[in-house]
Amino acid sequence: MPEDSGIETCAPQPAGIVERLVRDDADRKRFLKMAGSAGAASFGAFVLAACGGGSKSSSSATTAAAPATTASTSTGASAHAGDVSILNYALTLEYLETAFYAKVIEAKLFSGKVASLLKDFGAQEKSHVAALAAAVKQLGGTPVAEPASKFPVTSASQVAMLAYTVENLGAAAYLGQAGNIQSPEVLAAALSIHSVEARHAATLGTLVKKPITPDGAFGKPADMSTVLAAVKPFLA
Amino acid sequence: MSNNELTNPELGGIEVHGMTRSSFMLRGALAAGAVYGTGAVAPFVSQAFAATGGGDVDILNFALTLEYLETDFYKVKAKQVGLSGEAKTYAKAFGDDEAAHVAAITAAIKQLGGKPVQKPTFVFPATSQSSFLKLASVVENLGVGAYNGAAPSIKSKQVLAAAGGIVQIEARHAAAINLLLDKTPTPNAGFDKPLSKKQVLAAAGPLIKM
Repeated sequence: MPEDSGIETCAPQPAGIVERLVRDDADRKRFLKMAGSAGAASFGAFVLAACGGGSKSSSSATTAAAPATTASTSTGASAHAGDVSILNYALTLEYLETAFYAKVIEAKLFSGKVASLLKDFGAQEKSHVAALAAAVKQLGGTPVAEPASKFPVTSASQVAMLAYTVENLGAAAYLGQAGNIQSPEVLAAALSIHSVEARHAATLGTLVKKPITPDGAFGKPADMSTVLAAVKPFLA
Repeated sequence: MSNNELTNPELGGIEVHGMTRSSFMLRGALAAGAVYGTGAVAPFVSQAFAATGGGDVDILNFALTLEYLETDFYKVKAKQVGLSGEAKTYAKAFGDDEAAHVAAITAAIKQLGGKPVQKPTFVFPATSQSSFLKLASVVENLGVGAYNGAAPSIKSKQVLAAAGGIVQIEARHAAAINLLLDKTPTPNAGFDKPLSKKQVLAAAGPLIKM
C-alpha cells in the first residue's frame, strides 16, 4: 500500500476522478493500463495513482471535503477511501437511472402494468440513491452531486430497449466492484442492490423480447472504465 | 406471498430479517444436512455447526446443495409435472443455468482442496404447472437471499466474483418466474434481503429427503 499521506490528499476527490474518467479518454486508458491483463482492477489503486499523477490543480475539491478526512484516523481513511469512491461511483449511476425513469414516466409512453413496473423501478433507483448517499456520509465521505443528464425518449419500444441496456449495465457495474469493496457492510448493501438491478434487467428483457440472462449462466462484471464510457452519452 | 398460496406452507414461512453478524457465523449447516438429511438436523444443526468454523469451501458446499436442488427441480421435476408454454421454455433454460452453476461450484471446491457434497435426494411438492411455478418462485428468491447472505463472508476474491456472477442469474430467474405468476419481480422492493444459513435451511430443509 502507498503511504497514508497520499490517501488523505486524494480521498476527498472521488467525484473528480469519476468525472475525469467519464470525460477524459487519457485517464480511462491509464486506468486500463493499471488494471492490467489479470483483470483484477483495483479502483483504490487507481484513486491513489490518479491523485499522485497530477490532481494538484483541483485544490477546491480537496479543501471542500477536508474536514471529513481529518476527522478520521489515517488508517480509517485508507480503509474507507476505496469504498467511498466505489459508493460515489454507484451513486452517480443510480442518479442517472433515477433521472432516466423520471423522464420516462413523465413522457407517459406506457400504461397499465408496464407503467406500474417502470414506476416501481424508478422509485427503487431513488431509494438506492438515498441509501448510497447515506453510506458515503457514514464512511466520512462527501456524496457526489447529481450529474446533469440527457436521455433520448422517443417511443415506448426505444425507451424499453434503453432501459434494458441501462439495467444490464448497472448489474454488471455492481458485479464489477464486488471484489474491490473492503467493508462487509458496504458489500452486503451493494449485493442487495445488485440483485435488484438484475431483476429490473430481466423484467425489461421479457418486455423487449430479449434474453433474460444475456450473459448466460454467469453474470459478467464490467469495470468502472467500461461503464463510465457507456454512460458518457447520457451526461449533459 | 401469503402462506396459503403455497403447496407447502413451510416454504411460505421464510422469515426475512436484516443481516446480523451472527448470521455470518452459521456455516456448514446445509452441507451437513446434505449428507445426513436436513430434516433430521435442521432444528439444531445451525447452532451445532456454528462452532466448527467454516470458510469458503463450506459456503460453496452450501451453495452447491442449493444448485443441486434447483437443477433437479428444473430438469427432473419439471418433466414429471409436464409444463407448457413459457413455463416449459424457462424450466429448460433455467435448468441449464443451474447445472452450469453445479459444475462451476464443484470445480471451485476442488480447486480449494475441498470435497464437494454429494447430491441429495429431493422431494418437491408440485403437481401442476401452477404449483411448480409457485415453488420455482420460492426457490429462486430463496437462492438470491442465500447468496446475498453468504457472500460477505467469502474470503477469496475469485469465489466472491463467482458467487456474484451466479446470484445475478438467480435474481433474473426469480424476476422472470414472478412475472409469469403475475407477481412483482422485486418482492423486496429496492433491496434484496440477505438470508442467514438458518433461514435458508428452514425453507429448503423440507425439500431435501432424509
